[in-house]
Amino acid sequence: MTAAPPAAKAPSPGPTAPTGPTSPGPRRMLARALPASPGVVLLLLFLAGPIGYCVYLAFTDLQLTGQAESSFVGLENFTKAFGDEDFLNAVWLTLVFTVVSSLIGQNTLGLTLAALMRRASRPVRTLTGGIVVVAWVLPEVVAGFLLYAFFRREGTLNAVLDWLHLPSQNWMFTLPILAVSFANVWRGTAFSMLVYSAALNEIPKEVTEAAEVDGAGGWRRMWHITLPMIRRSIGTNLMLNTLQTLSVFGLIWVMTRGGPGNRSQTLPLYMYEQAFQNSMIGYATAVALLLLVVGSLFSLVYMRLLRTEA
Amino acid sequence: MSDAMKPTLAARRTTRRLTADVALLAVAAAFVLPLAWVLLSAVDADADLRVKVPDEFTFANFDAVLVPDVTFTPLLNSLILCGGATLLTVACAALAAYPLSRYRSRTGRAFLATVLFATCLPITAIMVPVYAMFVQVELIDTMHGTILFFAASQLPFAVWLMKNFMDGVPKELEEAAWTDGASPFQSLLRVVLPLMGPGIAVVTVYSFVMMWGNFFVPFMLLLSPEQMPASVSINDFFGNRGTVVYGQLAAFSIIYSTPVLLLYILIARRLGGGFALGGAVKG
Repeated sequence: MTAAPPAAKAPSPGPTAPTGPTSPGPRRMLARALPASPGVVLLLLFLAGPIGYCVYLAFTDLQLTGQAESSFVGLENFTKAFGDEDFLNAVWLTLVFTVVSSLIGQNTLGLTLAALMRRASRPVRTLTGGIVVVAWVLPEVVAGFLLYAFFRREGTLNAVLDWLHLPSQNWMFTLPILAVSFANVWRGTAFSMLVYSAALNEIPKEVTEAAEVDGAGGWRRMWHITLPMIRRSIGTNLMLNTLQTLSVFGLIWVMTRGGPGNRSQTLPLYMYEQAFQNSMIGYATAVALLLLVVGSLFSLVYMRLLRTEA
Repeated sequence: MSDAMKPTLAARRTTRRLTADVALLAVAAAFVLPLAWVLLSAVDADADLRVKVPDEFTFANFDAVLVPDVTFTPLLNSLILCGGATLLTVACAALAAYPLSRYRSRTGRAFLATVLFATCLPITAIMVPVYAMFVQVELIDTMHGTILFFAASQLPFAVWLMKNFMDGVPKELEEAAWTDGASPFQSLLRVVLPLMGPGIAVVTVYSFVMMWGNFFVPFMLLLSPEQMPASVSINDFFGNRGTVVYGQLAAFSIIYSTPVLLLYILIARRLGGGFALGGAVKG
């Protein structure tokens, strides 16, 4: 389960928008804003502060030991990162992880489930929805352990494959990045499913029925009618899924610790290893800053999507 | 013509429903396997990594983990950490949402845009600088430091949600209080908040659930084992105890997950079945 801001469904305040008893002067404005101050202080100290510190640290060579000796090193951390094979490996794995688990996995499976649920009988719908949502609500680390047990050589997946007379494998060794990607699909699909269920519910029944009577088959209806009608939900959902997937740490940590070797080491795990195994706080922060910049860009696109929606 | 079409359309719908049922059940089966493992292993005297019906049914795994060191202390730590941070978040969010919801100003809009932007930022990315900062200001390995960071990290989303809920309380209801000479703070406390009970419940439960499951923040900011919440201490089943007793791990997972599952059901019910957080993302 992850933080996922819902789009503004703000009941519009209407023409008599609240403006308070009388029109405000500067002092009055300040008095009105006063209740926001504890929150603003908290955000400035513990969120804006670290982000500012992140920008500063990324250009220093701060180490875990010997705090006093850190000095400004300019872009050295960044040039080092882009010349480092392990970093490029982490970038590549993060891309694979995001594309497989978020873009393809959660998004497509979530949409498919939502579409199927509209046709399925009620008990099946409730049962499936319930199971998928439980997977989502479970704490991240618990989900990690459950899927660790599922993908291990002695685990459930291989038991099922044996039973079907299919070749079993040591999944966590042969395809660790796919194992953690599937784990993320298991854990995150519910969110997309809920988003798409809500979106599909808002399509008027007459539209799909008319198409059906006109003889448009299921796939054509989906492609030409349903998908264009929910394209904004698709946009927001992709954005939120991607942002969530970029910052997955606990799930991968519990399942593989980024291993074997570094074959499932995505950027957050690489950053952690650089900071604490290799004691290079400055360098790790530079990597963090890159992650933050990518996240911010997605964030801005997301806000733009919300704006065009309104 | 439409009479002639009806049976075929109906027949087609039945086939379609059956296909959909079968497909959904297949997905459900795949999703349920890991869940079945944790449920069955917890009551299995000899659990391993596979799903299997226990040869010997037992509560010994629960007995073994229900001791202070393994369960009670970590859960209490989780409760202090997440409870404290949730209270702080909800209080700050309610106060901040009030001017945002009641008055319109350029500053307010800019603040709201910043808040929305911040809800999307990957908190994982700033944990290394937060760690470095906490070392500098000596907040590292303290419960109150971790609570403050938790509260701040959850606050943007809480403000955003709270503001949307507060917009649903009509301003007219407050005007009576205003004419009676109540200050905005009094009218927030006595009129607005009591009217948005379900909204506050959602913000509270959601913040709490998010923090209860969060692993990375306490993992980075707390160091001493006796302060660790359940999300971090659960890893001890692997690290420090030699061979892994899977049955106990499963039993502990169930104990640790139950509160958030119950809380989720509580808010899902409140919102009339459909899940408002997902449902609020409109198409």
